[in-house]
Amino acid sequence: MRRMSWFNTVSLTLGFAFLYVPMLILVIYSFNESKLVTVWAGFSTKWYGELLQNEAFLNAAWVTLKVAVMSSTIATVLGTMAAYVLVRGGRFMGRTLFSGMIYAPLVMPEVITGLSLLLLFIGIGLDRGVMTIVLAHTTFSMCYVSVVVSSRLVTFDKSLEEAALDLGCSPSEAFRLVTLPIIAPAVISGWLLAFTLSLDDLVIASFTSGPAATTLPIKIYSAVRLGVSPEINALSTLMIAIVTLGVITASLVNKRQMVRQKRDAQAAERG
Amino acid sequence: MMRRFFLISVPYVWLLALFLVPFVIVLKISLSDVELARPPYTPHFDWATGVWAFLSELDFENFTWLAEDDLYWKAYLSSFKIALISTLLTLLVGYPMAYAMARAPSEWRATLMMLVILPFWTSFLIRVYAWMGILSNEGFLNQFLMWTGVISEPLTILNTNTAVYIGIVYTYLPFMILPIYAALERLDESLIEAAEDLGCSRLSAFWLVTIPLSKTGIIAGSFLVFIPVLGEFVIPSLLGGSDTLMIGKVLWEEFFSNRDWPVASAVAVVLLLLLIIPIVLFQRNQQKQQEAEQ
Repeated sequence: MRRMSWFNTVSLTLGFAFLYVPMLILVIYSFNESKLVTVWAGFSTKWYGELLQNEAFLNAAWVTLKVAVMSSTIATVLGTMAAYVLVRGGRFMGRTLFSGMIYAPLVMPEVITGLSLLLLFIGIGLDRGVMTIVLAHTTFSMCYVSVVVSSRLVTFDKSLEEAALDLGCSPSEAFRLVTLPIIAPAVISGWLLAFTLSLDDLVIASFTSGPAATTLPIKIYSAVRLGVSPEINALSTLMIAIVTLGVITASLVNKRQMVRQKRDAQAAERG
Repeated sequence: MMRRFFLISVPYVWLLALFLVPFVIVLKISLSDVELARPPYTPHFDWATGVWAFLSELDFENFTWLAEDDLYWKAYLSSFKIALISTLLTLLVGYPMAYAMARAPSEWRATLMMLVILPFWTSFLIRVYAWMGILSNEGFLNQFLMWTGVISEPLTILNTNTAVYIGIVYTYLPFMILPIYAALERLDESLIEAAEDLGCSRLSAFWLVTIPLSKTGIIAGSFLVFIPVLGEFVIPSLLGGSDTLMIGKVLWEEFFSNRDWPVASAVAVVLLLLLIIPIVLFQRNQQKQQEAEQ
């Protein structure tokens, strides 16, 4: 085994310190007794208690969760369809425009997406609320899903599908029994990506939400503009904890699956 | 046949209705005039007067306004400058990290990769917020520097462009590291050994072999940072000061504070036109990379 040079060790240490120390400080100071965020006054969990009694935050969290579940689910269905069409659909009228519309939202500044959707909703007289945020989030996250799923579809062996069709499957059976299980990991990571994008979004939600529907990022943003507060630190800590658990679980599951696949492949080789 | 039509048309119609049509509306409103009404612009399309009467009332007034007013020019230029400088800074921080990751023992790489991606999954807003407590006058950085005796007066960092640069480098770092790491990991190490055997010093082998072979990664990473930063809103609004001019913030204020929808739309149209060039360059780089892989 090769040893790391001192330069590489130093740049990794400094780099990861840069990435993680700010979040660490945030987490530590969420347990601070004092209201002054930068002065340590002893350990306390009181800010978590206050957070759980803050109805406005709880409501916003509930709205955010609803929006994220709905938009990521619709986006996964639409994005998978779009990916399938782009990779397997062959030529059809307006294909270039279609693939352009799939890739453009990925690089579009959020302020433009938000503004244009708001003007559309006002133009057709749609009341702004949970539904309009779901529509907006679905539109940009289906493009991310489609990119993730199509990168999996490109690498998978088309003859497996053809074999299923030859053996008497209908096209929809072939999709359900052969294609879907193979692309399932990509579909799941697409859903997770869409879910986090929706949880995270401030700009597009601000444009497309009405007074009746405030999401957590909108709430956090308006609180944070007034300065640092220990309650927001507690909320951030909870969110960081959930994400960390989720990512670690996902990577463990992934690792186990890879080990199993390798074992299956070896078993197949031995016959 | 029906099935194929269904598969194509559902996502197609969705994107047409919620992506393309809204742009046409933005374009139309950018050519309209502001009016004290609901919705606050004129003209409105009316079948009775016909298409031509409607079109003849549209004009480029908002765009001349953008060209004449200093604020917008300065905002576009300063967004461009901030995006360019922060892309370079992110590259300077990200490249050594990606390089060290690619050189790390292979059993560590998956973990290192996860450590780079993990912040990307945590809320963007929270990551920006974390720096507010660090950079403020009584924040942790000033406390630390005063404790070590480097400075005697607190530095003003929060609400300046410096804070904006720090925030951008921090939040966009994973976008820079990942493509560069992907390029460096594929790099055949025997090429560097060959260069050294042929008399290159380690540094010149790095300049002449490693850097050119990781070029596609550097370009991809730079565009992935540059393009979204150009329209960034959250970072300048939370970490920047009143003199931090960025076009995303201008658009937001034009819309929410001044309620001037036509000008906000015109700002959006110009921003989009400016973005076309880097986006096309980025696409070309990605295509080249795909062809090289095949």
